[in-house]
Formats: sequence, C-alpha cells, structure tokens
Amino acid sequence: MGKRDRLSGNEAVAVAMRQINPDVMPAFPITPSTEIPQYFSSFVANGQVDTEFIPVESEHSAMSAAIGAEAAGARTLTATSSCGLALMWEELYVAASNRLPIALALVNRALSGPININCDHSDSMGARDAGWIQIYAENNQEAYDNFIQAYPIAENPDVRLPIMICQDGFITSHGVENIELMEDEQVRAFVGDYAPEHFLLNSKESMAVGPYATTHYYMEAKKQHAQAMVNAKQAVLDVAKEFEKVTGRSYGLFEAYRLEDADYAMVLIGSAAGTAKDAVDELRDKGVKAGLLKIRLFRPFPAQEIANALAHVKAMAIMDRAESLSSQGGPLGSEVMAALYRARSQALAVNYIYGLGGRDMRVEHAEGVFEQLRQIADAGEVTDAYRYLGLRE
Amino acid sequence: MGYNFKETMNKPERLAGGHRMCAGCGGTIAARNVLRGLHEGDHAVIGNATGCMEVSTFMYPYTAWEDSYIHNAFENAGATLSGVETAYRVLKKRGKIDDTYKFITFGGDGGTYDIGLQSLSGAMERNHDMVYVCYDNGAYMNTGIQRSSATPMYANTTTTPVGSESNGKPQNRKDLAAIIAEHDVPYVGQTTFWKNFKDLHVKAEKAIYTKGAAFLNIMAPCPRGWQYPTSDILEICRLGVETNYWPLFEVEEGKWTLNYEPKKKLPIEDFLKKQGRFKHLFKKENEYLIEEFQKEVDRRWDALVYRCGR
Repeated sequence: MGKRDRLSGNEAVAVAMRQINPDVMPAFPITPSTEIPQYFSSFVANGQVDTEFIPVESEHSAMSAAIGAEAAGARTLTATSSCGLALMWEELYVAASNRLPIALALVNRALSGPININCDHSDSMGARDAGWIQIYAENNQEAYDNFIQAYPIAENPDVRLPIMICQDGFITSHGVENIELMEDEQVRAFVGDYAPEHFLLNSKESMAVGPYATTHYYMEAKKQHAQAMVNAKQAVLDVAKEFEKVTGRSYGLFEAYRLEDADYAMVLIGSAAGTAKDAVDELRDKGVKAGLLKIRLFRPFPAQEIANALAHVKAMAIMDRAESLSSQGGPLGSEVMAALYRARSQALAVNYIYGLGGRDMRVEHAEGVFEQLRQIADAGEVTDAYRYLGLRE
Repeated sequence: MGYNFKETMNKPERLAGGHRMCAGCGGTIAARNVLRGLHEGDHAVIGNATGCMEVSTFMYPYTAWEDSYIHNAFENAGATLSGVETAYRVLKKRGKIDDTYKFITFGGDGGTYDIGLQSLSGAMERNHDMVYVCYDNGAYMNTGIQRSSATPMYANTTTTPVGSESNGKPQNRKDLAAIIAEHDVPYVGQTTFWKNFKDLHVKAEKAIYTKGAAFLNIMAPCPRGWQYPTSDILEICRLGVETNYWPLFEVEEGKWTLNYEPKKKLPIEDFLKKQGRFKHLFKKENEYLIEEFQKEVDRRWDALVYRCGR
C-alpha cells in the first residue's frame, strides 16, 4: 500500500534514498541538486538511516570515493548537477569501466558557460557516451519511481553498470507535486540486499581493481561493457514489470502518448512532456492527430522500438534540450534520425533545440511545432531540419 | 611497539617480485618497506595513484599486490581510499564483515603534491583512518621526468631543461609534509632509506596503526630522473639526510619531533654532485647557485628546528 504526500522532486528522491538505506553516500553541494544530500544528511543525523555520508571536497572526489566504496562492496550513491557532473567526467568512465553499479541522482542543469543554474540536459547528454545507464523523468512521481528501480537494474548480474536517474532542475526538483510513496518495507524488499560477487573487502580472496590494460585487452573490456549496455534494456523492462506488480504504476522504455494513430509526433525527454501532452490534447480536441513519444530510457538507446513506434507518422519533431554544436542539431535528434534510417523509415523529421538554460516551453510553443509539422507533411519535404524554439527575436 | 629488525625483515613480502618497475627504483623500495609495517594477519587495501607504480604492478591480467588493491586515476588516490575506508566502517557496523583491514595508498609526488593535492587534503581533513604514502622522487617520472612542485630548485628536468637562459627549475620545492601536518592530522612522518631502514619501518607502523589520517613522505630516488648509477641509492639517501636536505621528522598530534640531527652537517654539494640532474651547478660560473641552494637548505632546517622546539 502506498501513501500519498506532497513533495518536491529533490525531496522525493531523497526519500527514495532513505528507504533504500544505502551503505555509503559521498556528495558535494551544487544547485539545484544540493537539497538531496541536505535531506539525506538530516536522515543520517536523525538516525533514520545508518548510511555513512562522506562530505567530500568536490564532485570529482564524490565520484572517486563512490568508486572506492562500491568496489569495496558497499552499495553507494551520490547526487549532482551540471558542472558537478562535468567535474566527475573522468570518473564516470572509470566507474562504468569497473562495472560498478553506483546510482547517481542527476538534477539536470545547463553546463557553463555562460553560467546558468536552470534546466537543460547538456550535463547528462554530455555524459551519454560514458557507459552509464540513463533514465529520465517527466515529474516527481517518475523521479521517485525511477530511483527505486535503479539498483535492481544496475546490479543485475548481466548488467553491472552505474545508473543515472535524471530529473529536470527546478522544474521538477523544486516543484512540489502530489506523489504516491511506497512503504519503507516495500522498498527494502523491492531493492533487496547488495551481495557483490567480488569486492575489495572480501577476506577470502584479495582483489585488484583498475588495471592498466594494454592494447591486448582494452578493446575486449570495451566490448564486454557494450554488451552489458545491450543487456540493460531487458533489465529495465523486467524491473519495470516487477515494479508495476508492487505499485500498479507502469513503465517502459518510453511513453507513447496518443501516438498510436498520430499523424504528427513530438519526441522529447523530461518535464516538457507535460506541456506537450496538454498541446496534444488541445489539438486532438480540434481533430488534429497529434501524439507524443517521451523517452524514458536514453542509455541504452531503444532505437528499434522508437523507430517502430514512429513508423506511421507523417512528420515528427525531435526536441532536444541540449545543443551538441555539431551544426546538425542536438543529441536526441542524431539518435532518433539514425534509428529511423536503420529502420528504413521515410518519415519527415525535424530537430528542434528548446528550453536551454531554463527557457520555458509553453503549450503555444508546442502547438506551433505541431503546426510546422502539418506544413512539412503537406509540403512533403523538410527544408530546415535544425531549428530553435522560443528564441528571442 | 618494540622494533625488531629481524622480525620486520622476515615478514612475507606483500608486493611480489616480477612486477615491471625499473631496477633500483626507489618507489618499489618504499612500498615494500611500508608494507612491513602491517601486522601479520591484518588485511589491507592498497590504493595507488596513476604513475609508474600503478602501470608496472597491475598490468592486466597480472597483479603484484598480495592484498586487495585499487587504482582509480591520477589525482584522486586520497578520495578513492577514503571511499574504501568508509565502506569498511559501514560494512563492519552492519555486521557484513569482521576481519581487520588497514588502508594504505601510494602516490608519487606528481599525484600527491600537485594534481592530487585537493583530494589528499580532503581525505586528511575528514580524518579517514588511512595512510597516504608519497614516494617522492621529485618529478613526473612516469611521463618522462617533468618538473613537479616537489622538484628541488635548479634540477634539470624535461620541462625545466638547462639551457643558455635556464639553470633548471627556478622555484623552490613545496614542503608537503608541513602542509599536511597543518591539517592537524594525528600523524605525519618524513623519512627515506636510511641506515637499516628502522626509521622507515617504525614510522610506517605508527602511521598504519595510529587511528585517523596519517601521511608519510618518503624520499625515493629515481635513478633515471636523478641520473645516478642504481647502486648509489642508499648513499644518495644518506647524503640527503646528512646534508639536512631531507630531514627525518615526525608530527604526532601536533607535536613536531626531529628524529635525527647530523653531528656534523655535510655541505649540500655532497648530495648534489652524485646526481646528473645537478651537473650544471658544478660549472665554475655556477658556484653561486650552489650557495643559493645551501642557503635554502639551511633556512628550511632552521624553520624545522624551530618547529621542533629546539
């Protein structure tokens, strides 16, 4: 049985962490994720968890200590945003290469510069090739639910990869919403005990972590890592199924909203899905067949499933809340278009950059995008596949 | 903690032979002898910053370390081991493990004085129950002898090369042992390979078994970087101590102790002239540089003696 509450996204994730009661949490403050270690520290101070909290002196050290703790055999998590994730960059790769199932609560915020504290996805998108599983949330409930599912996915023996549970900075992290929480015992049972096969503090066998791998071995290590990422997709689905049994809340690789018979589709990640759904509903009322595909799992990227779900649409807008400054569009645009090409899709697709540095995407913006899609479909061609939405004149 | 030389030397090696470190490497001597400070029966997790020691002792699929070992990156050996040590405390608290573990991490001066200083400082300030051992060979030797903040003044390195406009490194070296002592950690020791190694063995054991954060700074000459025949290492270390270039001292709970004072201090030339990296100082027109070097050694010695309340 769940219980209803009203929580911000940060508090919701902190509550999930309290319910999990991990072994170690190293963390360093950065807006807008600071509240997570703050809430967690109060849980430690009040004896609501018996986790060891390490108040490290930087995010680089947060991830370094997380790697040490997880390799030692401790279930470990941390939280960060933006430049904090950027400072961890080197260590993200080390954590993933060492196949350590660390959980990271990422509160998405724009990367500097110019410095900006508000939401976009440039931080996690920049880390998309670091070998971490990435799951995104539309709202506080999803951020909470995704965090509860993090360890069962990451610690799966066929996976053993670190996992980033992402939510939109301020928009969900600080926005208070109604939410349904699991009971503590339900969470403990769902997440289970962590019993790694090999760890540094195993007195029966010593273990060495972090080797120098010469040319003879480096590539094989990468291939095994890549295979683990392939395996992660099924683990995400399996864990979602178990989660639904306990909570009744259903999750997949993505959410298809009124997409089944849609002529015009929007593909996006995160909180803007709520706005897009409102636009879809309004257009449907007017007889326009609009739909939405909201990405939940970005790494591994479920390319085939996404292409299949979009196969029937006349035109689509792929919405990127991050630039990749490639002159071709954003990272989601590249991924989805590659998926369409592999699926031999002839769909007309345009890539929008929106919402950078906290710029709002409003319902009328989304409606404007759907209007553009109608024009593209009528014309039968895309003239400008790389566009900006909501830019000031 | 009575010291028994024979017993200490008869302990089983915890860094096995067959690793790929150079013949005569000071870093290896430092590691093997620090590990003699461990009591038999106690486990250890060894940390290691990226550097010669790491790439030469743990080349997949072989490890030379008998104990559990973790290498992470260049600049974060302090933070990494602080995570391991914290995991130990929580797993012990939760009844998941019951053996005794000690935590020792090794870094060269590049990974310790320079790029790893922040991570080290954080781990020391948080007072994790661990020992950070710097094997100080005074340059980035793994990448090919580039200057670090531990490189002594006037040393010829590949980024402070001697030339018509250069006498080697223009700056003095950083006093890292003092910096860590000012973190108010329970134990700091500075030592090198001296006489029968008693000074190193005793300090290693103290560092390992003092509760809380400890730091050992060990001068560990590098025959390639310092340019001397490998067999001269003990003589060079002796001269480092007898010229007051590398004083032996320790700081316990804030109390500074000088462990050795030469009866008759030797001139710094004796230390410098054994090493090719200082060859240019012995040209006739460069005599003043040796005088400058001597002044700096004396100034630092006086400051140390003052700290030791003598």
